[in-house]
Amino acid sequence: MNENPWQPAAGLDVLRLRAELLTRIRAFFAERDVLEVETPLLSHAGLPTPQLESFAAHPASRPETPTGYLHTSPEFPMKRLLAAGSGPIYQICKVFRADECGRRHNPEFTLLEWYRVGFDAPALMTEVETLLESLFDDTRPVGGIQRLSYREAFLQYAGVDGLEDAIAPLRWALDEHAIPVPDGMPADDPDPWRDLLLTQVIEPRLPPAVFLYDYPASQAALARIRPGRPPVAERFELYLDGVEIANGFHELTDAVEQRRRFEAENARRIGQGLAPVPLDEHLLAALEHGLPDCAGVAVGLDRLLMRTAGVEDIDAVLAFPWERA
Amino acid sequence: MATYSTNEFKRGLKVMLDGDPCTIIENEFVKPGKGQAFNRTRLRNLKTGRVWEKTFKSGESLEAADVLDVDMQYLYSDGEFWYFMDPNTFEQVGAGDSAVSDAKNWLKEQDVCVVTLWNGEPISVTPPNHVILQVTETDPGVRGDTATGATKPATLETGAVVQVPLFVDVGDTLKVDTRSGEYISRAKE
Repeated sequence: MNENPWQPAAGLDVLRLRAELLTRIRAFFAERDVLEVETPLLSHAGLPTPQLESFAAHPASRPETPTGYLHTSPEFPMKRLLAAGSGPIYQICKVFRADECGRRHNPEFTLLEWYRVGFDAPALMTEVETLLESLFDDTRPVGGIQRLSYREAFLQYAGVDGLEDAIAPLRWALDEHAIPVPDGMPADDPDPWRDLLLTQVIEPRLPPAVFLYDYPASQAALARIRPGRPPVAERFELYLDGVEIANGFHELTDAVEQRRRFEAENARRIGQGLAPVPLDEHLLAALEHGLPDCAGVAVGLDRLLMRTAGVEDIDAVLAFPWERA
Repeated sequence: MATYSTNEFKRGLKVMLDGDPCTIIENEFVKPGKGQAFNRTRLRNLKTGRVWEKTFKSGESLEAADVLDVDMQYLYSDGEFWYFMDPNTFEQVGAGDSAVSDAKNWLKEQDVCVVTLWNGEPISVTPPNHVILQVTETDPGVRGDTATGATKPATLETGAVVQVPLFVDVGDTLKVDTRSGEYISRAKE
């Protein structure tokens, strides 16, 4: 990497790979009649999910004027387009997540997000795999992508049922794998414990290309929940070489349930001392109008490019990472 | 007291952990896209030199450690303490055996060292990377025998023992790398 901070961090060869990746993605969707769209990066509503912190924006000289938010993903306006009858759509855009900075994180990064009307999660996983084959055919072939449920992955690699809500077995699994437990882990919420096992124990042991699917209902985000014992979220994630690349949902279309989740998330934000954010009433109105049955997925293009270029640090695929931006 | 949040963590940051001053030597941010973020860190305890691995929930804070690296001139030792002076303020501090530890083999009067102060007390001493020291004891020098790369031990004025080429004699001054303890060359006076 270039040492001089005015210079790009990524080599010009990697920037050419990025351009090639974008060209191939656009060709893939053009061939399949999926419409490219653009939606606002700056919007009035925020995302209440406590695990994602938005950047609030205001005029430089008037910090007190009503704020907007830089989006953390284009999901809400894209669903409004779907509800308005757009048919299948995709978008390539920058998204923003405060406080996320590290070897695999930059607070501003590039997402490819697309929605397929009439698809469920397995159908969309198949399309993600087809897209990756077209992107990696001549560089680093992905091979067949395995499919493993969240529960199977936890049982196989951590020896514990990841869908059980009891915390003690999760703590014992951490203990067994000699993972130190951070201070301040909650006694009443299993999700941070699952996330610790996932990142410290399971991700490093995953097969080279794998979809995890059927997540705990508490991690549904915007996915629909399939009833059962226990109920599971129809959500999937793609991992390549143990790195999270994509997140997809069989989308929740129920406006009442969506509002209930938003309000519960804002309540959790307040409980954690975070500022609540205004809900996206436009999205809720679109869901009330009717969102067609669909599945959607977001792919982190910078991480895909890291894999294509064979580099370990996200800075090496960005012209100007945050430190130089 | 100042505190640092995990998103300010970076290499070289000095923080308090379990009552001891530490420096962060590695910090990795780990986060599932929709999940809890963690900072996986490695820290060196500045008092003991021990390296700790510790994971934090992102958003937690640690107290800043009042640790300063100061260039100071080595003055002398009374056997119990090693005395250093700040050449700007002429302030003197006495560093005990545990703070000086391995550095004492390389301390020559008037050399400038980095003294790490915690709340004003010296907790470690780093000698200059290169020091010039006189040989006080070694086998007699043998000329013209460098081809084999053979070496012999030589004791220096500070008590350090280094491996030197056979031509080195008592009274020679040598340039030595304090990080590896290796002989570099004879010093030109």
